[in-house]
Amino acid sequence: MEQTKFLELQEKRLKLGSSPHIKSAFSTQKAMIYVILALVPCIISSIIFFGFYQIVIILTSVVFAVLTEFVIKKLRKQNLSIDDGSAALTGLLLALILPPNYPLVSTALGSIFAIAIGKEVFGGLGYNIFNPALIGRAFLQASFPVETTTWVKPNLAVDTITSATPLAQFKFERIVTDLPNLFYGNISGSLGETSALAILIGGLFLIFTKVANWQIPVSMIIGLIVFEGILWIINPNEFASPLFHLFSGGFMFGAFFMATDWVTSPLTSKGMWIYGLSISLLIVLIRNFGGLPEGVMYAILLMNAVTPLINRYTVPKIFGETK
Amino acid sequence: MIFRKNTFKGGVHPTEFKELTENQPLEIMPTPKEIFLPLQQHLGKEATPTIKKKDKVLAGQMVAEPVGFISAPIHSPITGIVKDIKSIPTPIGFPRKSIIIEAESSNEFQYYEPLNIDKIAPEQIVERVKLAGIVGMGGASFPTYVKLTPQKDKPIDTLIINACECEPYLTRDYRIILERPIQFILGTKLIMKALGVNKAIIGIEDNKPEAIEILRQHLANEPEIKLEVLRTKYPQGAEKMLIFAAVKRQVPPGKLPLDVGVVVQNVVTALSIYEAIIEGKPQIDAIITVSGKGIKNPKNLIVKIGTTIQEVLDYCGGITNDAIKLVVGGPMMGNAIYDLKTPVMKATSGILVLTQAEVNEIKERNCVRCGNCVEVCPINLQPTKLARLVQFSRYEDALNMGIMNCMECGTCQYNCPSNVSLVHWLKLGKIKAKNIQVA
Repeated sequence: MEQTKFLELQEKRLKLGSSPHIKSAFSTQKAMIYVILALVPCIISSIIFFGFYQIVIILTSVVFAVLTEFVIKKLRKQNLSIDDGSAALTGLLLALILPPNYPLVSTALGSIFAIAIGKEVFGGLGYNIFNPALIGRAFLQASFPVETTTWVKPNLAVDTITSATPLAQFKFERIVTDLPNLFYGNISGSLGETSALAILIGGLFLIFTKVANWQIPVSMIIGLIVFEGILWIINPNEFASPLFHLFSGGFMFGAFFMATDWVTSPLTSKGMWIYGLSISLLIVLIRNFGGLPEGVMYAILLMNAVTPLINRYTVPKIFGETK
Repeated sequence: MIFRKNTFKGGVHPTEFKELTENQPLEIMPTPKEIFLPLQQHLGKEATPTIKKKDKVLAGQMVAEPVGFISAPIHSPITGIVKDIKSIPTPIGFPRKSIIIEAESSNEFQYYEPLNIDKIAPEQIVERVKLAGIVGMGGASFPTYVKLTPQKDKPIDTLIINACECEPYLTRDYRIILERPIQFILGTKLIMKALGVNKAIIGIEDNKPEAIEILRQHLANEPEIKLEVLRTKYPQGAEKMLIFAAVKRQVPPGKLPLDVGVVVQNVVTALSIYEAIIEGKPQIDAIITVSGKGIKNPKNLIVKIGTTIQEVLDYCGGITNDAIKLVVGGPMMGNAIYDLKTPVMKATSGILVLTQAEVNEIKERNCVRCGNCVEVCPINLQPTKLARLVQFSRYEDALNMGIMNCMECGTCQYNCPSNVSLVHWLKLGKIKAKNIQVA
């Protein structure tokens, strides 16, 4: 009888709810932490090549991103969601695609814009159409064109390396940077974008932990090699090799950390392939035929806008359906 | 489409927790003092009581008769006096009119006449299955005889026995195979005879090597029954997934297995049919797994239908202090209940008492459109889109996107990093969409 009474007490605090009653250990919060961890090699490479000051830029960007989200959630009287880590991640991503020694005021402005306009006006996490960090970067490029295209030499630079980025050097001076330097990141460029090695370490970690899908990076890399390869075979004097394009500019960083953003990329595997290949096609067009030396940012932003359309046309066939 | 052997596309691998009960032999729980028998234990019509208050009933005696085609009779699991007929809460979430019987200490029982298995005709098998009130083990608990009644325009060529037991925790099918393989195989052969098929496949997941070994031994001289070892993945035991993995046929949306020439039955059903024919015993017992970290002594039990969950839990030593959820059925598709007075029903497969660590209930956040739900949905639906359509009451759009194909397996929500209540929205959407369909 004693047991029965005990059970009756239990009854009062039993939880109800729809099935399923168990849950995988994976969570959005964990995923954000994994992405931040995966960016550590890039942070280290930025310090190695551009000095300790870059940490200040990164911290400024992260702090202002989190603060902006905090203030907006408070103003709109919504539940605080900074614990999901997405605001901090946006801040970190934005900092890593800025030029070294970037002015702190501009960094903070970019960060505020990224969260406020890039994310919160749409309703917060999960509702934004464009990648918030790229929105922040595009805002800075438009507002501070001089600062945003002022590059510095990497610390380990030898005489042959100038402060212009490899892509700009190629576009305007026809100088091809050698591959080892491109791969290790001993070139001028944005904080976290220069070292393909660091990006690969973090990117592969994300793919093996299944936080990022493999389809988008793989399709982007295949797309770039194929499209650039065609141009290169047609005229090797006019166009650089596919490998040069693969490791220069923001391509690797974009492929592993920007295009794989859950919110702004397609839902299905088929959609991801279309998305990745299209981004590469746009990058090839901008880099070779456009006015700018680099086009990763605009290519991804453009394809972000097309994502809903891709989703609409890649609805998977229902099991057993014959059409 | 990539050809995948012995499995299906999508699915997840939840922690199994089968070790809690897999080595616990089936144990007969003593008869309780009182029994609560809901008159409707399945989809279809409620049965009509054939007894009155204060009548004496014998164990095995029919106490309610079926009404219409999709309905099953109900038998008293114990000998005793009818105390009352009134509405009580049930584990399916709705109250149901039920017969309450008070036990008497008596060993009397009234089973049907045993039938000779060698001379039995297919119609006799179907008739007995109907009379014994055997119902299926799926969510709908469809009366089994309906599935055994062949339709002229839809010939059946294969019987599939679902021995996957893909839900975590549950081990009753596993124990039946280990302890009663001969009865189980005889039951399978009776179903084959009733259907007039000469091919049966027992589908079992590869995480049960001991059961596979035992079945191999017993099936050595049974060329008509094939054992198909399938990859362990949830929901391998879902009818459509099982049929695809075992015979590579796809059941089209809105169709039934018999449309592709297949009938699927469960291990427990095969055993019940064996008992109904050889022993003349109606379906009055439920074989259940009582498990979870929140129960003191997890067990595999044979209990009388109508036994309250409280009594079952008491018999298993009660629940621990950190228990937070009580689930009837498996953890992926079962119902969470709060009322311990609800009875075990014919189709009850398990009672789980879960702790916080097992439930792992994380904060629900916004959908981040990661596509994990789309990736794992075995039916290829887009759960996140459907859920959003339901949230905005766009039931017609949801209908067009195939919401009715959802089998509520819970795979999507299990895999959702934001813990969106996908199954809740899908269930609601299905009910609303159905009304549109009818109207």
